[in-house]
This record gives sequence, structure tokens and C-alpha cells, in this order.
Amino acid sequence: MSRDFTEEKTLKYSFSRKQLAIPYCIFLILFVILPLLVVIFYAFTNDEGQVSFANFIAFFQSSKTVGTLVYSIVIAVVTTLICLLIAYPTAYILAKTGMRSGSALLLLFVLPMWINFTLRITALKEILTLIEGNLAFHPFFNTILCMVYDFLPFMIMPLYNTLTKLDDSYVEAAQDLGAKKSHVFLKVVLPLSVPGIVSGVTMVFLPSMTNYVVLDMVYNSTYIMGSLIGSYFSAYDWHNGSVISIILLLIICVITFISNRYAEGDDRQQGKVSVLK
Amino acid sequence: MNKVIRNIWIWLVLLFLYAPILILAFYSFTSATMIGTVREFSLANYETLFTTPELVSMILGTLLLALGVALLSTILGTMGAIGSFYSGKKVRGAIELSNQIPVVNADVVTGFSVCILMIAIFHIRKDTYIPLVIGQTALCVPFVYLSVIPRLKKMDHQLYEAALDLGCTPAKALWKVTIPQIVPGIASGFMTAVTLSLDDYFIATYTKPATFNTISTYVVNATRGSQTAIKTALWALSTIIFVVVVVFVVGANKVGNKEN
Repeated sequence: MSRDFTEEKTLKYSFSRKQLAIPYCIFLILFVILPLLVVIFYAFTNDEGQVSFANFIAFFQSSKTVGTLVYSIVIAVVTTLICLLIAYPTAYILAKTGMRSGSALLLLFVLPMWINFTLRITALKEILTLIEGNLAFHPFFNTILCMVYDFLPFMIMPLYNTLTKLDDSYVEAAQDLGAKKSHVFLKVVLPLSVPGIVSGVTMVFLPSMTNYVVLDMVYNSTYIMGSLIGSYFSAYDWHNGSVISIILLLIICVITFISNRYAEGDDRQQGKVSVLK
Repeated sequence: MNKVIRNIWIWLVLLFLYAPILILAFYSFTSATMIGTVREFSLANYETLFTTPELVSMILGTLLLALGVALLSTILGTMGAIGSFYSGKKVRGAIELSNQIPVVNADVVTGFSVCILMIAIFHIRKDTYIPLVIGQTALCVPFVYLSVIPRLKKMDHQLYEAALDLGCTPAKALWKVTIPQIVPGIASGFMTAVTLSLDDYFIATYTKPATFNTISTYVVNATRGSQTAIKTALWALSTIIFVVVVVFVVGANKVGNKEN
């Protein structure tokens, strides 16, 4: 009798743990999915609310906007490559060469990602002003330098994670079998670090296509994709702003598709999260 | 690789990352209005920073916003993670997929899309701060979710069942048994949310009330203006933030190391 009573009581106050997800599901639908649908709606309609591809056609027909797309891709490719060239040896030295307290040193390399990026760019900008006098003379160089400065920690982090997990016995096996040093690196270490490279590239490429604040701060008046959204936004031009968003989303889909084939599960998204673990 | 070359490389990269911040920190303690000029020691920048009402309210506003957004994100994200963890495969898959959207999306696009939803569809005015808080929360929750899920995977699930068998209500078991086991994940999610909000420029600039500024939007506006006193006061702010971040990250890492 008493047993029945307790069971009934539990049932009355019981909730299933699944139900805890309800608020977050509503939030995701309202503020993550719905905004995307709104963007899709605006991108494919005109001011009269009719379905139209005119916005896209206009984007790809105008040499100005296509030029912006090309310029952003150039900025992103160059930034990503330089980040990779600096980050790979750094991560390799920290992870693989038995450096004393490599993981403590890693903290020094990723710490800047916790400092507000506008303040960090300001600091670099002051130095550049001292050296160059007038920043406007080298807009491309300054932009790339500031982007690399901003995103380098995000490249070092995933590379370090992948390289520390890399099993040394593969390297030793290759050496025992007589491979030259350069071969060991090119044929063993490099292929095994592809997941880290892919993670790093995904974390750097897209932000460097869109972070137009960096360009603003070093007085580079050329537009990148992000600046286009900014200027359409200021002009209340939802339709064209949405077109740019859709083009960026397509690029993101391609990057995600490629990286899902190579990256290790959680590594990529964790980024900042894993620093504090 | 030669050991000397390795050390030189490491030091060069560190120099690149830290020289600008440290040089600026040095000049923040002088009366110089440009770096490279020799001036005497002065705390004027720090005085300006803490006595100019505009600057003080901007800093306090940014901190308050970050804490509010982080709190909201932590509650939503933790509940979402626990709920999704115990849901069926389909529901969980759908949540994880949508959770990935703000993570991989460009901040510009997130800010822009939330803004047109709020303004063009829901007609919520920016002065209410609602678009700003919602926009930043949409950016932060996924990271809380991602830092709680691994803890749920590692946790001992029999303890929860045992608590129920011993007569605990599910709500109490959740609070007393599940939550304490995932606290590290919740804490790191909260900290990530705080830093994401503090670092955010794009969502804030699209969704904030016109009169309100975060550190990011303020700094970007200040670089366009030419008020020297404000410019050098921001050097002081940068130095303070640098010190706080060093203390915090080193401290958090010490705590983290002890745990493992």
C-alpha cells in the first residue's frame, strides 16, 4: 500500500529528463533556424514580395561585387596560408620536440584569443603607425598582418591538439625502415596532421573573409564580403544583405562538407572551449 | 630541427603576439599621446578611464551584458545538453545540427539575420536590448552545449538511477546528483560565453541600441574619431584587460590541472 503511494507521488512530480531540452529547442527554432529562413526569404524576393532571382543575378553581373568576392577570397587564402606557415612549426615544436612544459607554453600562444580583438588590433595598429608613418600606403599588407595577428592562436590550437595525439611509433617505424628525415615528415607526419590543418583552416578562413572591422581599423577602404553586409545593413537593404549572407552560407557549407571528411569529431568546434578544460 | 633554431622560432612568434600589447601597456603609463615618443611616467590614462562617465558606463555595460548573456546561455545550454543527451537519436541529431549553425556561421551573418528577424518580422525595437541579448545568446549557447555534452558522456549514470531507487524525486536527483558531476563543463561553458560576448563586435553592432556601446563597438568608433585622451585611455583599458586575462586563464588552468 505504502509502496503504491510513493510511486504515485513520484509520478505526479515526475518529469522526464528529455523535457529539459524543450526551452533550448524553442530557442533554436526561433533564433537560429527562423533567422536563416528570413534571410532566405529576403534573398529570393524583391521589394514587392515576389519571388525573384534578380538580386543574385545582379550580384554576379556587377564587377564591383564580384571583385569584392574575389578580394575576400584572396585575403582569406593569404591569411590562412601565412597562419598555417607560422602555426605549424610552432605547434610541432611545442608538441613533438620534447620541449620542457610544452603544454604550459601552449597557453601563452592561445591566451591572446581571450583578449578583445579590437583592442589587440589597436595595439598592433599603433606599432604599424610608428613604423610606416601612414597606414594608408600599405593597405593589403597591413590587413593581412592584422588578420594573421588576430587569428594565429586559432590555428595553433587545433594543430597542437592533433600533433600531441599523433602516435610516435609511426615516425619511429618510418625511421627504422630507412626513410629520410624529409620523407618521414612529408609521408608520415604531414598526412597524419591533416585533421588539425583542416580544423585550423576552417577556423581562420571564414572569419578572414568577413571580419571587415580589421580593414576599417587599418584604413583599408576596399570591401570584403563582410563590409558588403555592413553597408547594405546601414542602407536598410535587407534583400541584398541577405544575398551576401546566402553566398557566405554556401561557402560555409562547402567548408563544413570538406572538413567533416577530414576533421576529428569534436576538435574543430571546441576551439576556445578546450582551453579551460 | 636544431634546438637553437627551435627556441628562436618560439620566441619570435611570442614576440609577434605579445610585443604590441606590451609596448602599448608600457606607453599607457606615460603621458605620451603616440607610442615612440619619450614622455614622463603618468597615471593620467587610468584616471581618464575611471573618471570619464562615458567610458565607465561603457565598461560596466559591457560587463553586465556579458554576465547576463552568459547566465542565460548557461541555463539554456545546460538544460538543452541534458535534455538532448537523454532524447532519442532523431531529436538529438536535430538539436546537434542546429547547434552547429551559430558555431560555423560567420558572426556578421548571425548578427544580420537576427537583426532582420527582430526588426522586420517581430518589430522589436533595439532600445529594449532584447535583440542584443538574444543575438549574443544565440552565439553563446552552442558553446555551452558543446562544453557540457562531454561531461555528460563521462559521468556515472548509475548514480542517478540509484538516487531514484532510494526515493529521490527526479528533480532532486538531477539537482543533487547530475548537476554536481557536470559542473566543470558548465563552468567552462559559462566562461566561454563571457569571453564570446566580450569579444563580439558584429552581433552587437547590428542589434544594440544606438546609445549603448560595448568595448568592441566603442573601440572601433574611437579609432575613427581623433580624441587623443580617449585613445590613450583605451591603452589603459587594454592593459587592464590583458592583466585580468593572464590572471584568469593561468588560474583556471591551475584549477583544471589539479582536477585531472
